[in-house]
Amino acid sequence: MKHTISVLVENHAGVLSRISGLFSRRGFNIDSLAVGVTEDPTISRITIVVDGNDHTVEQVEKQLNKLIDVLKVRTIPSDELLKRELVLIKIEATPNERREIMDIVQILGARIIDLTVTTLTIEVTEKTENIERLLALLSEYSVKEIARTGVIALQKGSDTIKGNGKQIL
Amino acid sequence: MINGAKAVVKCLEKEQVPVIFGYPGAAICPFYDELSESGIRHILVRQEQNAGHAASGYARMTGRPGVCVVTSGPGATNLITALATAYMDSIPLIAITGQVSSDLLGRDVFQEVDITGAAEPFTKHSYLLKDAADIPKVFKEAFYIASTGRPGPVLIDLPVDIQKQMIDFQYPHQVSIRGYNPNVKGHVIQIKRVLQAIEEAKRPVICVGGGAFASDAAGQIHAFSEQFQIPVVSTMMGISIMNTDDPLYYGMLGMHGNKCANRAIHDSDLLIIIGARVGDRAVSTPNILAKRTRVVHIDIDPAEIGKNMHTSIPLVGDAATVLEQLCEKELQTDTEEWIELLDELRAQLPRELPEREGYVNPKNFLRLLSEKTGENAVFVADVGQNQIWSANNLMIKNSRFLTTGGMGTMGYSVPAAVGAKLACPDRQVVAVCGDGSFQMQLCELATICQHGVPVKIVVMTNTKLGMVRELQYQGYRANYVGVDLSGSPDFMKLTDAYGIAHRRISGMDEAGQAIDEMLNAEGPYLLECIVDPMESSL
Repeated sequence: MKHTISVLVENHAGVLSRISGLFSRRGFNIDSLAVGVTEDPTISRITIVVDGNDHTVEQVEKQLNKLIDVLKVRTIPSDELLKRELVLIKIEATPNERREIMDIVQILGARIIDLTVTTLTIEVTEKTENIERLLALLSEYSVKEIARTGVIALQKGSDTIKGNGKQIL
Repeated sequence: MINGAKAVVKCLEKEQVPVIFGYPGAAICPFYDELSESGIRHILVRQEQNAGHAASGYARMTGRPGVCVVTSGPGATNLITALATAYMDSIPLIAITGQVSSDLLGRDVFQEVDITGAAEPFTKHSYLLKDAADIPKVFKEAFYIASTGRPGPVLIDLPVDIQKQMIDFQYPHQVSIRGYNPNVKGHVIQIKRVLQAIEEAKRPVICVGGGAFASDAAGQIHAFSEQFQIPVVSTMMGISIMNTDDPLYYGMLGMHGNKCANRAIHDSDLLIIIGARVGDRAVSTPNILAKRTRVVHIDIDPAEIGKNMHTSIPLVGDAATVLEQLCEKELQTDTEEWIELLDELRAQLPRELPEREGYVNPKNFLRLLSEKTGENAVFVADVGQNQIWSANNLMIKNSRFLTTGGMGTMGYSVPAAVGAKLACPDRQVVAVCGDGSFQMQLCELATICQHGVPVKIVVMTNTKLGMVRELQYQGYRANYVGVDLSGSPDFMKLTDAYGIAHRRISGMDEAGQAIDEMLNAEGPYLLECIVDPMESSL
């Protein structure tokens, strides 16, 4: 089962390697990982999607909490998850195919951000499931290159990650 | 204004560090230059790994972080095994490594390694200093992190130019690390649940681990077991929390433990784990056991709780504090029958073991040794059969037992004994090792001589890597491969070359006299015992 974990960390060098090292060392599988600075420039937010059972996720949380540079860890409950991923897709398209692709793009809420005689580049910001649907449709065409950001997420409602303390137990 | 190197020395002085263990090199020279002006004693080891082990022995006897200093590159990588050992065994260390000039980092210059990167899995935290102005804050934090919560090694990598950079020195009074705030006190609700479980239990047992030492909780564990009449067993790291002859103590559990301790765990209806990781050598099938018994796990590291064993009642906190909280309550417990049963089992454990002509029986020898050292000794066991013999046969009476139970690093005992002896010069410190492990650390005989550290060394010679031989006997059709140690030097001649007093015995009839001679010797002493190569661990 997929779990989305938000982690607030000190924004300095070496923190990401500590976190990624911890995952490989402890045998946790990362589906995706996205990092960016937060409203406080000294703090970065890492969103990690892990595959595993509840025991694994509990261990991930606890091990992350042990790192001195980690300030807060929270697994966002799946029914309260606001998650998005950004994907850029470059497709080889003849002028004939272009129209069909543009239809798909429009219907699924994506947009075209670059166009050449032989290619077009699509941008989509969506939930992972919707992105997968778009990619499935586009697989009929010749996809040349894809870049994905990995999932970023916030919790629904007025609560923020800063709401609870660092200790889990 | 002072330079960074001087600032580091001043930090160590502010932390009241009287002795450090190290090995210099080009990238740490500015520090050594300033160290000569200080009253801090420097113990030159003969290989960097041993600086770490010696600092570990020192830390374990003082309860304060041990400090080791090495140079960049190979100096730093040689230290890694000691860092990993300290990390696995939760020993507070401050490791200072020299580093190439910060403007050259990443260019693979002479003796450059990414030591903070390489040691990341084995350190509690690490710093790579890029500005000497950070030195006071970083050292203050490092000592705090190493010694609080679950202790562990903290690495500070010091580029050579940073050691020369001039700064205004002011040592901070307090630390504030927003991502680090270990819980010391147990949660009140969990305390209540534990007390209720104790009240309901008919066959409770306490399993104590090395965390009890980290928390300095020997007194509290004793009081706790006595107040609620709960039997105690220990992991290897927990040995010497209880005296061997304590009526409520039943010895070491696990793969190499005794039958009584293992039965106690297996037949219990409440298992209270205190400062132990439930490692595979201690409990081989934790989740089968957890189905039968209720498990209370007390640990300052929340990540240990539930990691290896399903836990009914988790209790995060410092062992000493939590046990005091628990002892505040008076309870009626009924464990008399259970204790009687365990007493019977304990009485059946073998005492004197048969002798073989021409050999010292190591188990009988270690019993005699601990009888003769009496109270207040420090025993440092190495790794291998000698470790198991020591763990099961040394009779602890207010003595301390040190070994590396988690990492199992051969070559630990002598350097750790050096550190322990420097920490408590008035106590008798005896290292016990095999002829395999001894040869991993024999360079340290020079350290002992140079600095006049009167440790006693017992070498159990069986001309085999005994533990592996036993493993090959049991699991690999006695196909002995790579375990023969012939070609080893004559240890008597060797110790003679160092000017260390020595004796070799090959029978128990000489043992008493030889032990007396060793213990009465003023300086260091090496006693070699010839042991049957076919002797088993248990």
